[in-house]
Amino acid sequence: MAGDTREESGNGGRSAEEAALSARLQRLGERLNEKRPAQDVKTGSRSRSDPSALARGFRLSTELVAGVLVGAFIGWALDRWLGISPWGMIVFLLLGFAAGVVNVIRAAGLSSRPGTER
Amino acid sequence: MADPIHQFEITKIATLGHIGGHEIAFTNSALYMAITVVGIWALLVGGSASRALVPGRMQSIAEMSYEFVANTIQSTAGKEGMKFFPLVFTLFMFILVANIIGLIPYTFTVTSHIIITAALALLVFLTVIVYGFYKNGLGFFRLFVPSGIPIYILPLIVFIEVLSFLSRPISHSVRLFANMLAGHITLKVFASFITLLGGLGIFGIFGATLPLILVVALTALELLVAFLQAYVFAILTCIYLNDAIHPGH
Repeated sequence: MAGDTREESGNGGRSAEEAALSARLQRLGERLNEKRPAQDVKTGSRSRSDPSALARGFRLSTELVAGVLVGAFIGWALDRWLGISPWGMIVFLLLGFAAGVVNVIRAAGLSSRPGTER
Repeated sequence: MADPIHQFEITKIATLGHIGGHEIAFTNSALYMAITVVGIWALLVGGSASRALVPGRMQSIAEMSYEFVANTIQSTAGKEGMKFFPLVFTLFMFILVANIIGLIPYTFTVTSHIIITAALALLVFLTVIVYGFYKNGLGFFRLFVPSGIPIYILPLIVFIEVLSFLSRPISHSVRLFANMLAGHITLKVFASFITLLGGLGIFGIFGATLPLILVVALTALELLVAFLQAYVFAILTCIYLNDAIHPGH
């Protein structure tokens, strides 16, 4: 019995938390929508400047691969130079992957450089 | 079946001399680069020779290519970017004419070798670095430090930005090279299907029409790709130069 009531109160707490969370999500969505139109114009013009879907796909894939390759090469060189194998490779491969994803997001025109007004 | 890689083979035409025991040869690649440059020269000089108020065909092409590149630069890098017009125009015309010459059967495609595209991409990369430091001094490093980032993740972001910057010449060069290589190999493979099927008798000849239609369509696609890749190379050059001109933005 005691367990049941505790569970109930726990449920009540959770639903209150969920309600607060969904309210926050809704506010976030509204704020994003306010900012979105300006960005849509930009992505629209960017996608018009890439007329062929094939070229666009090629561009995005090379951006990702290039980031990973550069990270892997720097990690490999640091490992050889400082003798810290395999840590340089691990850290820089992950950083390179992140850089590749950043490249793809920028190339796709989903986000400009952070802190830009353009 | 014809060897699809054979078309990319580099052969020596003449030996120019030796530097440090290494042979400096005039290859078929160098020959086609020279043909490309002479072709561009003929187009532009021939186009500007008559200077008619109502342009003829040659003059139209020359004027269109000038205006196209000038508009591309101004829309991506602004008025200040026009300082780099000679660089961008040279890159665009060289790649475009080399790609189109490569589409003619029995010719060699200069841009299908990564050493050529990598040299062009590194030229752009070094121009961005040198001009960025010349124009902004140490302020060029603001490119790697975006504003409005909390201090505790800033070191991570700076590393990612630096890696993203270093990966530019790779994606810049691989894109052009891979497009040209893949396109020419595809054309060659489908074209060899025509002769293979054609040798199989009456049904083979009917079957061979399918790859023939495909090759015609692919040739049109390759013509588009030849133009598009030159344009993409030029527009990315403009975007990278824009970073050198305004690094904080």
